[in-house]
Formats: sequence, structure tokens, C-alpha cells
Amino acid sequence: MTAHFVDQYKAFAANGGGGAPAWLRDLREGAIARFAAAGFPSTRQEQWRFTNVRPVAETPFTLSGGHWDFGRVPAGALVTTLGEALHRWPDLVRAHLGRYASVDANPFTALATAFLAEGVFVHIPARTVIAEPIALTYRPPSPPPAPSGGGRPMTHPRVLVVLEREAQAKLVESYEGEPHGVSLTNAVTEIVLGDAARLDHCRVQREGEQGYHFATTQSHQARDSRLVFTTIALGSGLSRHDINGVLDGTGAYLILNGLSVLAGTQHVDHHTTIDHAQPHCESHEYFNGVFDGASRGVFNGRIIVRPGAQRTDSKQTNNNLLLSDGARADSQPQLEIYADDVKCTHGSTVGPLDQTALFYLRSRGLGLAAARGLLTYGFGAEILDRVAIPGTRERLDHLVRTRLGVGDEIGRAA
Amino acid sequence: MKRETGQVMLEIRGLHASVEGNEILKGVDLTVHVGEVHAIMGPNGSGKSTLAQVLAGHPAYQVTAGTARYLGTDLLGLKPEERAREGVFLAFQYPVAIRGITNSYFLRSAVNALRKHQGLPELDPLDFLQVLEEKLKAIGWDDTMLNRAVNEGFSGGEKKRNEILQLAVLEPTLAILDETDSGLDIDALKTVADAVNKLRRPDRSFVIVTHYQRLLNYIIPDHVHVLVGGRIVKSGGKALALELEEKGYDWVKPEGAGAAT
Repeated sequence: MTAHFVDQYKAFAANGGGGAPAWLRDLREGAIARFAAAGFPSTRQEQWRFTNVRPVAETPFTLSGGHWDFGRVPAGALVTTLGEALHRWPDLVRAHLGRYASVDANPFTALATAFLAEGVFVHIPARTVIAEPIALTYRPPSPPPAPSGGGRPMTHPRVLVVLEREAQAKLVESYEGEPHGVSLTNAVTEIVLGDAARLDHCRVQREGEQGYHFATTQSHQARDSRLVFTTIALGSGLSRHDINGVLDGTGAYLILNGLSVLAGTQHVDHHTTIDHAQPHCESHEYFNGVFDGASRGVFNGRIIVRPGAQRTDSKQTNNNLLLSDGARADSQPQLEIYADDVKCTHGSTVGPLDQTALFYLRSRGLGLAAARGLLTYGFGAEILDRVAIPGTRERLDHLVRTRLGVGDEIGRAA
Repeated sequence: MKRETGQVMLEIRGLHASVEGNEILKGVDLTVHVGEVHAIMGPNGSGKSTLAQVLAGHPAYQVTAGTARYLGTDLLGLKPEERAREGVFLAFQYPVAIRGITNSYFLRSAVNALRKHQGLPELDPLDFLQVLEEKLKAIGWDDTMLNRAVNEGFSGGEKKRNEILQLAVLEPTLAILDETDSGLDIDALKTVADAVNKLRRPDRSFVIVTHYQRLLNYIIPDHVHVLVGGRIVKSGGKALALELEEKGYDWVKPEGAGAAT
């Protein structure tokens, strides 16, 4: 079914592809060639072992456009459409766009790059501190009612975030969709942090549960920069999110947090790669998943410590709570260490609610339902508590409670 | 429930209990009066912790025979949370970490569960903080553990202190301390024992399960019992603890009652 997507591309390119400059047209051409050569991944490929993308490959999606909402842009920050940015700041965009998210690593990234047109550019100039959060919200187009069949939309939203040296910002990137209908969102976000730049970035995915969501988040950090990236996956029927961070300057610091709360027949696959390319960098990864019904979670955490990346300090944990017999989670750490003076730890758990913990709470007077609610909520709260963006922690708390069926009375900070 | 000195608080008769088909308790008899402190000592595997867990209602243990009455009610017929609400408290040997839930929230949930049962209005976070500060002051501790997740990343000493803090806040009628001293250095032991002593009251009873006599230098018991092979084989005053320390447990082992593993 690769051919259908290539045909869509040809039509897109023949229409002028949004009047893109030559270098961008070249980027797209290279990407579609890569996609055509690789095709959709199969479950025989190690990185796709647990996630079957056939339903996506076999759906004749139609290229569509979604809608980005920036909210109010804080003073000092540049937040604009990619189209506008290409027109007004061509050199700046060209210096970064498509330079980090590799079209070789993942066919979906190649596909997204081939169709690269709609998106957002965020730029924070050197030494500029933006206290107020920047909110980017994406809504894919509404799919047609189910019986009409064809015309299911696919979109490729793109985000480029550049913080120049010593800049600071907070960003919330949300993907929200219609509860019904089949659509494909294939998103790529590139994050570039200059020397000593600091970014708190929270990504929330709550698209419709019949939809497909594929995404790559690629970050690149210069020396002494600090990125706290938190991803919350609540929506979509089948989703796959690759998060790749390169620590490319000494003293760079990356915290990667993830929370998935799924039910029904939802499937989420997080593949993370943290690349310690330089010495004295630190990365901490905390991923929790709560799976109910017949839902399924996949976590693959790859950590690469390059030769010479001495004094690397890297920690990874992945905890999965299964709320029903039909739920399933697979967790795989993947450490590739080519330096000798490093500290790398990883740990993962998969299982139902801890019976001893339940007894502990009950022995303090909490009823069984309250004890279960508290333990379940704690799985989510542990990650949400790491979100340091004003207002966002509270909004997410509400979403996660609703998803978990845990009332407002449980877990409120004392 | 009315509690007066001299009244029986806990009466255990012929208690047998098993875990996964292995009988651990083989006929325990014990009577604790209001206001008394009882120490239960014994070698490893004698059933000390099992007794504590059974009294708190751990679902992994099956009571196969015998009775346990608490202030006249059938304790064994109550769910764990009902026992807690009636005033029974177990300080765990291995306190459990609860991810994502702060200690202060956990304490408030527990207090409010009790208050609801007593027909009292629930405490809001501010009121509760005030109560908590009073309790901490009463036992001479600071509030450094309150805003951390329950027992998550706590040192051994902090976990045990946290159990005693819960005891102070929940104000039970019957407090069962399961090897609260194990793994503590002497300073931590004194801190914990000192707090327990401050929590002794004429209308509150303690059952202190311990493997070592050391704790009983600081918390002076009214009665000492020796549990061997799932039965209480000897009872006495505080001097018995010293005797056990000196001679070990072998001399009190009854004929044919080998220690459970």
C-alpha cells in the first residue's frame, strides 16, 4: 500500500506543495524516496515487533489539513506558522528544519517530512526568558461519518522549536481530536536548545479512540542546556511515539517523563532513544503506564553512551499497572554503552495493583475502592507532579482522573 | 466503645492460622487488658509477625480455628479497614511505598476515613495540617517526611518513624508494633521508643512484637510472652525479656513444639 501514499505525494508535489523553496522541495523528495524504499514497517522488524501498522498501511487516506491554535503568544517569543516563517525567516528555518529528525530511522518520519507543509515555528531569541507558557494545540480535520468510507484524512503537523543560547521557555503541545472516525495524524516535532537554554515541554495526546497517531519528537541539546519533556498519551486507538534526544554538549541535562492511560482496545508504543554523545551529561527517564480493558502498552527505552561520553549519568524507569486481565504491557530497556566511566541504571515493572499496598492502605481505614483508586491515581500523579508548567499540572490532573475514573476527592494534595 | 482500666481489650483463644496451606499459628492464647503493654518475643519463624498480620486482617492468612475478641466484638469477622476504624493499628515490619501519593495526603485520607466512621466532619487540608503539626510537636519530630511520597525512597529508619507518626495521628486503641525495632541503629531506636512512650495512655494498649530484647530497655512492657512454634509457651514480667536475652530461646521450647520455618 506504499504506492497509494506515494501517489498522494505526487499530487501534492504537482500542486506546488505550498510554494516551498527549492531546499524544502529537495528535502521532501529525499524523504518520499526514503519512504518508498523502506515501505511501511512490519512486525518482523525489531523496532516494530509489538506494533502492527497494517491498518494504517491499508487505509487509503487523503492528504488533508488540520488546524493549529497558538492561543496568546507571550511577549518576546516568536510563534508563527511554518509558512509564515519560511517566508520571513527563511535562513533561520532552513538552518534547523529537518536537520534532526532522521528520515532513515522511521518510515513515518520520512512520510511526514515528504508532506512537510503545515506546522508551527517557535523561536526564542538568545538570553530571552519567557515565563508564561506557550500553548500550541492541534486539531486534525473532522473525519467524514463512518459509512461514507473513503476520504479519511491524514495530516502531517510539524513543529520546530528553537531556543537560542541561554533562552528559557515553557511549552505545551496538545493534539486533540474528534471522538469518532478514522484519521491519521503523523506528527514530527524538532526541538533545538542552544548553550544553557532551558525548556519545559509538555506534550498531550488525546485524539479520538478510532484514530491513528504517529509521532516523532527529536531534541538536540547543546552544552549545559536543560530539557524537561513530558508526554501524556490518553487518546488514539493505535499510537506510536518515538522520542529521541541527543545530548550533544557537555553538561546537558534531559528529563523524559511519560504517562499513558489507556482502556478498551487502545494501543500505545513509546520508543525512546537518549543519545549521550558528549561527556558529563545526565538523563533521567520516568515512564508510567496504566492499562485497563484489553489495552496494550509498549515501552522501549534505548540509551546510547558514545565513546568518550565519560561521566554519563543515566537512569531509566518504566512502571506499568495492569488494571484488568486483558491488559498487557511490554517493557524493554536497551543499553548501548561504549564508554567505561558511566553510571547507567534501569528498572521496569509490569503487574496488577500491589496486594500488600492495598492491605497497607486498608489497614489505615481506607475502604477497598478508595485504596484501589489511590494506588491507581498515584501511578499517574507520580508523573504529573513532574510537570512544572503553571496551570498545566491541574488541567492534566483533571484529564487523568476522568480517564482513570478516580474522583476529585482522591489524591488531592494535603 | 467504653474503655476502662482492668477491662479486657483483646482476648485471643486457641488461634490457628495458615498461609498457603502451612499452619503457622497453632493455638495462640493471649489476653491484653486496657492500658497494658505486652511484648511478644520469639525466634525467627515462630509466628510473631503472622500473629500481628492476622490481627490486622491480612487477606493472605487464613484463620482455621480459634477466636479473637476486641473490646467484646469478633475481630476476625471484620475487614481490615473496619478493624482500623474500630481502633486497631498495625505498625508494619516492612512499610509499603505508595508512588505518587504524598505522606500528608495519605495521613489525611486515613484520618478522614476514621472520622467519617465516627460521624465527625472530615478535615480539610488546612485543618489537618494544624492537627498534624500538633501531633508532630507532641512526639518531638519535624515535618520533613510529609511532602514526600509515602515511604518512597525512605531510609529504613524513616519508614519505621513514619509508622509511629501514623500511630500518633490515627490514635488507635490497640497498637500492634511488628518488629518496629528491626534494622534500626541505637539512635533511631531511641527516637522511635521515645515517641511510643509519649503515646502510651491509660486507655490504649500495645502489643509489641520483637525479636530483640533491646527495644524493651526503652519501652518497658507490663507482660512478656514467648512465642515458639506458633504457640505462646511462656509468659512473665519484664524480667523474662532479660532472661531470654541471656539464655536464648532454647530453654523455653516446649516438648515436641518445633519452630515453624
